Amino acid sequence: MEHPSQPDGGGVQSARCRQCGESSGGELFCAHCGSLQRPATDYYVFFGLKRVLVLDTEDLQRKFYELSRRLHPDRFTWKSAIERQYSLEATAILNDGYRVLRDPLMRAEYVLKQEGFDIGEQRSKDVPPELLEEVFDLNMALEELRLGDEEAHGQIEEARNRFLAMRESIDKELETLYRRFDDTQDRGVLQQVRTVLNRRRYVRNLVNEVEKELAREGQPAQ
Amino acid sequence: MSQVFDIDFGSHRKPRIVGIDLGTTNSLVAFLDLTGPKIIPGADGDLLTPSIVSYAEDGSVIAGNAARRLLIDQSERTVYSVKRLMGKGISDVKDEVKFFPFRIADGSESVIRLQLGGRAVTPPEVSAQVLAELKRNAEAYLGEPVTQAVITVPAYFNDAQRQATKDAGRIAGLDVLRLVNEPTAASLAYGLDKRRNGVVAVYDLGGGTFDISILRLHDGIFEVLATNGDTHLGGDDIDNRLMHIAFEDIAAEWGEDISHNGEAVQTLRQAVIAAKERLSYVPVTRIEFAFRGKTYQREITQELFEGLIKDIVDRTLSPCRQCIADSRVSVEEIDEVVMVGGSTRIPMVRRAVAALFKTKPHTELNPDEVVALGAAVQAGILSGEVQDTLLLDVTPLSLGIETMGGVVSKLIHRNSTIPASATEAFTTAVDGQRNVLIHVVQGERELVKDCRSLARFELNDIAPLPAGAARIEVRFLIDANGILNVSARDVRTGKEQSIEVKPSYGLSEEQVEAMILESVENAEDDFRERQVREARVEADAILGATEKARANDAWVELSDEQRAKVTAAVNRLLMVYHSEDHLLIRAKIEELNEATIALAETMMNTAVRGALKGTKV
Repeated sequence: MEHPSQPDGGGVQSARCRQCGESSGGELFCAHCGSLQRPATDYYVFFGLKRVLVLDTEDLQRKFYELSRRLHPDRFTWKSAIERQYSLEATAILNDGYRVLRDPLMRAEYVLKQEGFDIGEQRSKDVPPELLEEVFDLNMALEELRLGDEEAHGQIEEARNRFLAMRESIDKELETLYRRFDDTQDRGVLQQVRTVLNRRRYVRNLVNEVEKELAREGQPAQ
Repeated sequence: MSQVFDIDFGSHRKPRIVGIDLGTTNSLVAFLDLTGPKIIPGADGDLLTPSIVSYAEDGSVIAGNAARRLLIDQSERTVYSVKRLMGKGISDVKDEVKFFPFRIADGSESVIRLQLGGRAVTPPEVSAQVLAELKRNAEAYLGEPVTQAVITVPAYFNDAQRQATKDAGRIAGLDVLRLVNEPTAASLAYGLDKRRNGVVAVYDLGGGTFDISILRLHDGIFEVLATNGDTHLGGDDIDNRLMHIAFEDIAAEWGEDISHNGEAVQTLRQAVIAAKERLSYVPVTRIEFAFRGKTYQREITQELFEGLIKDIVDRTLSPCRQCIADSRVSVEEIDEVVMVGGSTRIPMVRRAVAALFKTKPHTELNPDEVVALGAAVQAGILSGEVQDTLLLDVTPLSLGIETMGGVVSKLIHRNSTIPASATEAFTTAVDGQRNVLIHVVQGERELVKDCRSLARFELNDIAPLPAGAARIEVRFLIDANGILNVSARDVRTGKEQSIEVKPSYGLSEEQVEAMILESVENAEDDFRERQVREARVEADAILGATEKARANDAWVELSDEQRAKVTAAVNRLLMVYHSEDHLLIRAKIEELNEATIALAETMMNTAVRGALKGTKV
């Protein structure tokens, strides 16, 4: 996937209000007549935030509720057709953006994508080299469990705990990288973020797989 | 102060919006007045209007209570529980229609057609008759035309079912300003006079559908965290269990299968429902049924009844567990559970819910009325009468597109707050390709064949280019009604891309238009004439307000240009006042309204200055 084009400039508004023709001041609501303007499509611009990876999610939630009250289509029943359309678009961006920005992983993926990095799903299938041995052992244990080897059960539980610990340390590593990016705005750091995100995605899939297996095993035999 | 500000030019444009609960078994209409939401009774004083429609041989149609009496005499021409058929094709309801006494017409693949004597009707048309009955009741009660409504739907309704409901509204002559989910509506009615903050679950088991929603209440914002359900599970299923037992008994006792006799089936159904309802209050009762001189009696204990329906009750619990998981709250964090729908009167249902949520469910609100009351509150939010409350709902099902190998690529995940959107880029596979087909589905499964087909969108007239060179950006947007809107743009030219929609289920736009026309022709009073009349009433209101405003000091404060604009707009409206074109009259009203904005603002300012001066003295 390539960098998605942003015909509206992502955040930059046409400065003229569609309703009154005066300068709108580049805000969501026209500085002159107060009517709703075409919303910015960039989530950070939309929420009025700097492009950082560490966000105060409580503050984000406050903004989300506050903007919902002002932008929701319920508030535009009697307004002009164009304002109703803007309200629909703006609220969709608000909801989409809130969903992405409140989640640290989706947030980072969003920034990576905006910066032109490839974050395709296929990447999660390539085993990160440092996990090769782990994955090999796990697959052996899963195979043994399926063949009815009771001892494998302990190995798999151990593996799950190891992966959970791994995920925790990855999250710490990510947080450090996030902070470094916020301080430096360095593209090289984003490259590192991408690598760690891929590793995390891979570990997450492993955890899911192991838990599915354990849950299946926990069910009474047919 | 309030008299000072009594110059709202916009007010004449705000006709009353009613809230409608369009139920499987019963429907209600409610409105908001200064004291809160109220149910509007029918002519006979009943608050519940049975969702039953009878089509007589002479072409006349009867809906509501009067139609209920025809269920037995005219069983093959009288439709009930039509909500279960909304947005469905024949293959969806094969098992079900054997309980219906009427025939399904041929050609029901994408829309079911019920064959009633000489005419075939679709579920939206039947629902439109129920809505029209409610509309008449509301107009008689309020003494004014009712043309705008909020209608509730099960939270777990898919796109086609929602669209079918909206179509029904249009056919009934109602502008459906919003579809609102039933459990969410219930929470509005409930939350307004109860708690301000906390987490609330709404368990809604009605006649034909089951919904569970979990909401966070936050200073007037009702944020749905997750929803789940089953659009084919409800009191009807319980009735069918009891019917089945009775059929078998009767076949053994009388030596006769009555399950194909419409009159017998309906009489028995009423007996069974009465027994079921009594069992919510007494430990043992009797099904009593008489038909053509023969009688059938059977004792039913609560214990036997509960054994009979246990799996139905259990079927509601797994959606509840999924909903709790999706909402990312623990059971302990859920402060309250609100019960909605007639089937929640059954003690076993209440016990199961109490056990799962580890709290005693709220049953003090009338489960039949709370959804309609909530719909009226939502109508008040839309009209601006309710200011501090806002509903943030979610889409119940994931939306995806078909990719290679029949695999679904999800674009918008279930439980996303709506409106929600996703943008996807498409290109061509061969040189000079002019069209691209996009198949959109709803559902949680990986494969297209396991999901519900929603529609096929065809991008037409793509500029002939080498394979892969075209670039069309398609935007999928689920609006606040939970209905999908699709638009497309050619990235190279920036121009809007033409797109043709082929819904998999439901009526086409042309079919709906034709039905609206037909219903207008059949309507007792001429709809068109009434619209003209209404437009003139609105014209009178704004002309009167403008006339009054001209006597105000503010008129002098306006610039010559502003005054000329108002005068010209008044003249233009007067010129079309006697025309028979209501759209033209409304257009000129709109113009005058725009022209008087400055005047209204100036009057407001003078009024404020006056009021401030007054306080100083």
